[in-house]
Amino acid sequence: MFEPSNLLLAVPALPLLGALLCVAFGSVKELRKWAHVPAVLCAALSCAAALTVVSNIGEADVHFPQDRTGEPISWFSVATATTKLSADFGLEADQLSGIMLIGITFIGTWIVVFSIGYMHGSPGYPRFFAAVSLFLASMTLLVLADNFLLMFAGWEGVGLCSYLLVGYWHDKPSAAAAARKAFLVTRLGDVGLLLGSFLLWQMAGRNSFNYQFIFEKAAEMVNAHPYLFPAACLLVFSGAVGKSAQFPLYVWLPDAMEGPTPVSALIHAATMVTAGVYLLARCAALFTLCPAVQATVAVIGAFTAILAAYIALTQNDLKRVLAYSTVSQLGFMFLALGCAGPVVPSFAVTAAVFHLFTHAFFKAVLFLSAGSVMHAMHDEIDMRLFSGLRKKLPVTHLAFLCGAAALAGLPLLSGFWSKDMILESALEAGESKRFGTLYYLLFGVAITTAAMTAFYTFRAYFRTFWGPLKMPEGAHPHETWVMNIPLLVLAIGALAVGIVAEPFTHWFSHFLGHAKTLVQADAGRVAEHHLNWPLMIGSGAVALLGIGVAWAMYAGNSQSADNLAKNLKTPYYASLNKLYVDEIYNVLIVQPFLMIAGFCKLCEAIVYDLVRLVAMVPRFLADLIRPLQNGLVQFYALSMAMGLAAIVGYLVLVAK
Amino acid sequence: MIEYDLIMMSLVIFVPAAFGLLCLIFPAKFKEAVRWWALLGTAVTLCLSLCLLVEYYFLLDSRSDRGLRSLHHPKTLLDARADEALRRASMPAPEPRQAYDWVGTVPWIDRFDIQYCIGIDGISLPLIVLTSLVMFFAVIASWKIETNVRAYFFLLLTLQTGVLGTFFALDLFLLYVFYEVMLIPMYFLIGVWGGARRKYAAFKFVIYTLLGSVFLLVAIIGLYFTDVRDFVDKTAVDARAEERRKESPRLTQDEIREYHTFHIPTLQRAGQGAMLVLTGQQNRLTARDEPGEGKVPLLGRGVHIESARGRFQQAFFQPTYQYLFFVLLFVGFAVKVPVVPFHSWLPDAHVEAPTPVSMILAGILLKLGGYGLLRLAYPICPWAADQLSLVIAGLGAFGIVYGAFVALGQTDFKRLLAYSSISHMGYVILGLAAWGGGAKSQYWAWGMNGAMYQMVAHGITASAMFFVVGVLYDRSHTREIRQLGGVMTSMPLFAGLSAILFFASMGLPGLCGFVGELFVVLGSWNYHPGLSLAAIGATVVTAAYLLWTWQRVYLGVNHHGHYTEITAREAAVLLTFVVLSIALGVLPQTLLLSWMEPSVTGLVESLARLKPD
Repeated sequence: MFEPSNLLLAVPALPLLGALLCVAFGSVKELRKWAHVPAVLCAALSCAAALTVVSNIGEADVHFPQDRTGEPISWFSVATATTKLSADFGLEADQLSGIMLIGITFIGTWIVVFSIGYMHGSPGYPRFFAAVSLFLASMTLLVLADNFLLMFAGWEGVGLCSYLLVGYWHDKPSAAAAARKAFLVTRLGDVGLLLGSFLLWQMAGRNSFNYQFIFEKAAEMVNAHPYLFPAACLLVFSGAVGKSAQFPLYVWLPDAMEGPTPVSALIHAATMVTAGVYLLARCAALFTLCPAVQATVAVIGAFTAILAAYIALTQNDLKRVLAYSTVSQLGFMFLALGCAGPVVPSFAVTAAVFHLFTHAFFKAVLFLSAGSVMHAMHDEIDMRLFSGLRKKLPVTHLAFLCGAAALAGLPLLSGFWSKDMILESALEAGESKRFGTLYYLLFGVAITTAAMTAFYTFRAYFRTFWGPLKMPEGAHPHETWVMNIPLLVLAIGALAVGIVAEPFTHWFSHFLGHAKTLVQADAGRVAEHHLNWPLMIGSGAVALLGIGVAWAMYAGNSQSADNLAKNLKTPYYASLNKLYVDEIYNVLIVQPFLMIAGFCKLCEAIVYDLVRLVAMVPRFLADLIRPLQNGLVQFYALSMAMGLAAIVGYLVLVAK
Repeated sequence: MIEYDLIMMSLVIFVPAAFGLLCLIFPAKFKEAVRWWALLGTAVTLCLSLCLLVEYYFLLDSRSDRGLRSLHHPKTLLDARADEALRRASMPAPEPRQAYDWVGTVPWIDRFDIQYCIGIDGISLPLIVLTSLVMFFAVIASWKIETNVRAYFFLLLTLQTGVLGTFFALDLFLLYVFYEVMLIPMYFLIGVWGGARRKYAAFKFVIYTLLGSVFLLVAIIGLYFTDVRDFVDKTAVDARAEERRKESPRLTQDEIREYHTFHIPTLQRAGQGAMLVLTGQQNRLTARDEPGEGKVPLLGRGVHIESARGRFQQAFFQPTYQYLFFVLLFVGFAVKVPVVPFHSWLPDAHVEAPTPVSMILAGILLKLGGYGLLRLAYPICPWAADQLSLVIAGLGAFGIVYGAFVALGQTDFKRLLAYSSISHMGYVILGLAAWGGGAKSQYWAWGMNGAMYQMVAHGITASAMFFVVGVLYDRSHTREIRQLGGVMTSMPLFAGLSAILFFASMGLPGLCGFVGELFVVLGSWNYHPGLSLAAIGATVVTAAYLLWTWQRVYLGVNHHGHYTEITAREAAVLLTFVVLSIALGVLPQTLLLSWMEPSVTGLVESLARLKPD
């Protein structure tokens, strides 16, 4: 029963059970306020199962069902005499999914614990925990699935949970609109993902959606379909773009902050948005075969990184700053993924996944601290309304500082190491022959973004926790242990997980480097791990520079910042208004769609009237003939006589 | 004398009508008793149809070879079973009939060889069970009907007999009779118990459907005039010739051997023969008892191809007439589906019909169209179907996109659902039509299975969604989306259950809508990627209109008064639908595909072999 294979099934199954139990608890009035119990227990058990599974990933991966030679468990299938179309239920844990699992279940558990305090007393308490548990189940399914279709099921499942949780406060119109926007924008990407996987399946011989099966044919496919194959990769990438909020589909993520803060931490920072990064890492064996696609991935990533960072510079809503920083950091990860190919894939992909891993910790802690601030400030999150909170909320302050420092890339903290690896990938990619200059340019973009990241993070930090004490009305600052413990645990993670896992031991990259897809993508090349001192010193200096500027502008009074805003009106307002992207999309996409709908409605009306018109023809004909039936016997007699005369006349005169 | 299977199947068909007739003898004031009586009637039918399901599974299982395609066996296909029954009946010394072959025949109007011939297979049975199920819930949903209760339930139950009979019938004439039987109750159900513009809607419904039936009738008569003696066993032809000789001794030797029939499997074989003739593969035709390599055993036992050649000059075997028959059958059923240019009746009928009738309309009646195409139009005129497949697939894909966009612009909840039905039924048409040639025909099997699955899934989600609207209408007395809002605040349980139905309708993986759509999309992907692209792209629009509706109706603040939470009766209906949509999404193989797929794939294979590589 406790074989790794069965535990593997337990990883998604336990949170699913938790979700059902939460619903059951919700239907009994007395149990409603205990609805967190199944959620926490199941999340923790799932975490334990995940850790056991990961510790068993050695030379061989862990599979469910265990026996790989037999028939796979079929979700649904149609067999003709010659081929079989089968969507199989198969789970597989390799090093890549193992690392994702740790992040999801470990951070997820602590966020569920935090939510007990944060969501206390809100209406729909069981609903929240049911949705979060369902989310954990879907997310673990997403990373454990061994084929594209099952992965897609998890992929849509997390989208659904995100929808339910963003719209958690359902009577708030902005939350409802944000939820719908999130679902629809990601769905656009999902269409691409589905098409991409169809194409891959078709090129691989239409036999199986299994990753391994498709990857093994990668070289064949790229030879046989030199244009279709990159197109398929681009389509898969578009799915990642939607889910991981990259340009041009990033617009949903900042709005998604309408959801409860633990949700922002769990779904929209630590786990779900990294699904795209996971997908591209999983498909590294395919993507590395298309240099042009990889360059596109890198360009999109770098562009998103700097764009989001630029918008984050001036936002006044604390959670929105963090949301844009998430978009920006995800851009970093895609930049790293796009470097695989020119750089040894296992190095670049490790950089991305490592950043994903550390980012999950420090972004979760940042969001949870922001949530703690919000909880204390009577659900107010506008930084203009409060300041100087470090005395009132000491634990939150400490946790936020840890997270912010890690995000800013302060030397020796988690974010520093992972960001450093990404920068190094970009720099190394610059030495490649094809697209070399481009990658150098992207490196420049990345290092600029790093400085901006340090600045806006600490801008938020100083404005919230420093300066004179100011609080909105109705605020009663308080902290409870059930919220503090998760904060501290994750804060420690944010500080330490980076230095423990990678820079000196290289444990992380060695572990991840054995993942099959990366081994295949490497094609024999060996990643060199060394400490690039000039780069490290440079990026450290850049981070300190950003923090320093933020300190100078916001630590005391923010007079200098206001002056600067006045002097740079155009860039300031462009950034404050998010570069008007929402408005542009409204004109370019939403309005045309509504116009098509209006046009179709018009067609419908025309068809409707046309039908009525046709229906009038018989009536019109009837009206023509009806006068003949006028009820006058003389008339009938006359017409009979005339008819008779006509026929007889015809017979006599014409017919002979 | 009368076999067990015939009794069982006839019971399923006629139990509702019997209960319906008995409704009329209740005293008018015993409204509650009539309701329970009708509920009992549908419950009995449901139980009986589930018994049929078990029996049919036994039938498949008895031939199962436990291999890769475990429940497949050529002998269990409807065609083979019907043929065997015919063979046994036509023997000079009739062999005993089989009580467990789930095909039954009783002579009805001998003069025209019209038989009461019924049977089940994996294509009709899912729809039969779906019908019984939706009808059962429609009766529960009818509890609020207060006027003319007896007449209402009488008509409802008669309607059920009509629908079930159509699904069971293996004789074209019988099928047509049942098809018409269903029409009249529907007219009254909409026209008497409907909304404000009920008369117009009922009239439009009848005119449209009658137009379809006229097309169907012309096709049926035309098919009957075809001499299909080569596709019937020689013994049967001889037997009939003997009778004819006694009746009218003046007929010539050739005339008395003419064989006209309404028997659907026979006509299907003739149609398939026509395809071989028209594609110049006449030589592949062979008698059913003389199979050979590369041969297609369609001719009757004892018939030789050389003697049959002359009769391939008949109209039925000419391209023009094949087109004609196909178009007649296609239009006849396309009105019912409805395929896009013929859909104008549906929104009106849905909007005006009372809730339970809307449930039946969306859940069952639309499936009759799909069933007709699958059972009659495609197998009887495969050549024309193949020639026109791109047109039909295009109509299907257009319907998907068009229906979704029109739905996006609606503000009447029921009208929106009506257009969403049109959009979802487009997947059925697309899946049916995706007939690629040669090596690609296997993908057609996916499209066909997807079409069937989509019909069942849509039957569940659509009737559930109309029930949802009915629940809302009972409380708010409006269907206008703009006048609804904040329902989730006052009815959390109802909102939770409807949410799952909304997402099932959207085709999210793990819910019933996904499986059918995926099959269809994959099947059509191999047929024509462009159509598949349209179908996939439309899912975004589908999500958009459903989520937008969800947001406007359920979320936000309710300014229109407090609604009471659903009653136990309503909750039971919704919960069952929810459980079914989850179960069919999570366990599609076990619950439905395993026993449905052999028949559908068998049909596909029997048609695909006609098309050269």
